[in-house]
Amino acid sequence: MEFTQLSLYDQAILLLAAIVLFTSFIMLAQPRIVPLIHAFAWQGVWLAVTTALVAYVTDHPHLYISAGMTLALKALLIPWMLHRLAVRLNIHRDIEAVRYPSMTLLAGASLVVFSYYVAIPIVQLSELVTRNAIAISIAVILLGMLLMITRKKAISQVIGFMSIENGLFFSAMVSTFGMPMVVELGVAFDVLVAAVLFGVFFFQMRESIDSLDVDRLNRLREVDE
Amino acid sequence: MTAVWLVLLIPLAGIGVMALIGHLRAAGWVNVALSAVSFAVSVWLALIVYADGPLLSPSRMLYIDAFNVYLVTLTAFVGLTTAIFSRPYMQHEVETRQIGKGRMRLYHSMYQGFMFAMQAALTTNNVGILWVAMEGATLATVLLVSLYRTPEAVEAAWKYFVLCGVGIAQALFGTVLLFFAAEREVPTRDDALLWNVLYDSAAHLEPTVLTLAFVFLLVGYGTKVGLVPLHNWLPDAHSEGPTPMSAILSGLLLNVALYALVRVKMIVDGALQSGLAGYLMMGFGLLSFMVAGLFLHRQRDIKRMFSYSSIEHMGLMTFAFGIGGPIATFGALLHMTVHSLTKSAIFVTVGHAAQIAGTQSIEKIRGLIRTQPTVGWGLLIGTVAIAGFPPFGVFTSEFLVLIATMKSWPWLTVPLLVGLAIAFAGLFRHIHPMVYGDPPEGQVPVRANMLPVMIQLGFVLWLGIAVPVFLSKWFEQATVLISGSSPL
Repeated sequence: MEFTQLSLYDQAILLLAAIVLFTSFIMLAQPRIVPLIHAFAWQGVWLAVTTALVAYVTDHPHLYISAGMTLALKALLIPWMLHRLAVRLNIHRDIEAVRYPSMTLLAGASLVVFSYYVAIPIVQLSELVTRNAIAISIAVILLGMLLMITRKKAISQVIGFMSIENGLFFSAMVSTFGMPMVVELGVAFDVLVAAVLFGVFFFQMRESIDSLDVDRLNRLREVDE
Repeated sequence: MTAVWLVLLIPLAGIGVMALIGHLRAAGWVNVALSAVSFAVSVWLALIVYADGPLLSPSRMLYIDAFNVYLVTLTAFVGLTTAIFSRPYMQHEVETRQIGKGRMRLYHSMYQGFMFAMQAALTTNNVGILWVAMEGATLATVLLVSLYRTPEAVEAAWKYFVLCGVGIAQALFGTVLLFFAAEREVPTRDDALLWNVLYDSAAHLEPTVLTLAFVFLLVGYGTKVGLVPLHNWLPDAHSEGPTPMSAILSGLLLNVALYALVRVKMIVDGALQSGLAGYLMMGFGLLSFMVAGLFLHRQRDIKRMFSYSSIEHMGLMTFAFGIGGPIATFGALLHMTVHSLTKSAIFVTVGHAAQIAGTQSIEKIRGLIRTQPTVGWGLLIGTVAIAGFPPFGVFTSEFLVLIATMKSWPWLTVPLLVGLAIAFAGLFRHIHPMVYGDPPEGQVPVRANMLPVMIQLGFVLWLGIAVPVFLSKWFEQATVLISGSSPL
């Protein structure tokens, strides 16, 4: 279907979904820690806005709760915790060299194309207004993984991890209007606990290897020479 | 129904109770007591299911049938024996490694938390909650792996956290896809993740979407099972964490992850009407089995070595569940049980052996039989059992899997037998000098409670000589559930 044939609401949802994907690319290219956390927070904000719009358009009131949860957890609480940790660990001014930045972005772009390919069978089955965003949600998941692979700082990897969670939430929302509430609450709880644990970890890591560079974690290997 | 709720509520309460008890000696005993009560309740639950058949709670949140109830009991039993072992072991660790009281409170509290997450994963009827509980089990254990705070331990815990976190994220995506497929077939949305509803309507689910979902779920839960090539976290987490953790990770967590995979396979098989899910599991299983067997030879750390043995056995079980069919399924269920019992017994013994020698390095552990005969013999008998010697139970289950392979995939028995031989050689070339030979200077016996080990190995022996009637009936019921027909 042509883009202009869609209703204005559908177009708005697609636009918002695209912005969410765009924040993933910003994260991929952002070498400084604090702006990276901000980009992650913005992803949470746009995700919450998208969810709220879908809730309004499709008249699914339970999605307002999901939107509120996303806003509180992904856009405010977790970024705030990460920011505070970065300041306390004195890494908030660090710049992380992104190796092969253009290659990374190119890889990201191909992942988006790949997501559209993976989503074909799902999109064909779906009649929801949000079906065109399914591929985008898969792309957000894959880009989160790419972020984890390309970064060496523990805190950037955590942001990648949380961004994967964003993508998963997004995919559940656009493909089925959200999972049952019990499951969603459980997942949100797990994410929160994980965020707290990551914080504890940063301190353990600094205590034991004096750095948050994951590259320094290289003592365990299969056979020592 | 009360029994099911108690199985969950006792460890849940245990999390809080253990967090409050600062007195180390008391904490060890309370942990044992809580685990003992959990075990008693799980036996009660097993008796109820044995008499009345499958249970579905009125809210349909919990579902117990022959397949998961024996895992609930097994989990509670290994939880109890490991708690008994952990009491003197952790006291020794506190004395030698300077672990503070706070960390021991964390340890005990998370021990119960882990048990809670496992029982929740086993008893829930909701595929989504199953995911939440699996992730919860990871979160509960991740700080325990880094308990010693050495750089290696922190590295192992980080790997465990990140790899399992990302891996299991794929399983969540698979669950979303499952929900997507089920939502259109099931009248009420909130029912679409309930396992019994999914199972009943499996034939109507869209095959393409379910294939995609299964691939994601296989990768996701497969990471947790430790399937090659997603196994990297497993040897690290096992070797660097405290030994009771290794015992319950190997003995229980891997089982529960495989349980999740098999439950999903049951749905996918119903929808696909083809063996695709089984073929995928067979491939991954066989690969893990062969690769882990080879890696056994190259290990220098005793706990690492046995964690590779866990990968090998999980691979064999995945393979067997993949073949499907009554005999293979029966063999896999039996193997799950005997592997849990044997492997947790071995890790208990290995823990004591490492304390005696003051190191985990295979080259430095020597002459255990002379220093402390119970530990030496325990390690030897445990290894004989896990290597699949008759008359131990592992032999029986491996034999059944071989028979099933011979029947449906004759040419696959060759790699299977070769793999078994490789693994056997790998274990014994390392074990032999550790057990026999002259002990080095300065090795002194430690305070060890070998009773749980004896009981567990006794059970494995019993299962090898004759599977007791109530247990075989149980396995048969579970086999009928999974594969649709009875093994005999």
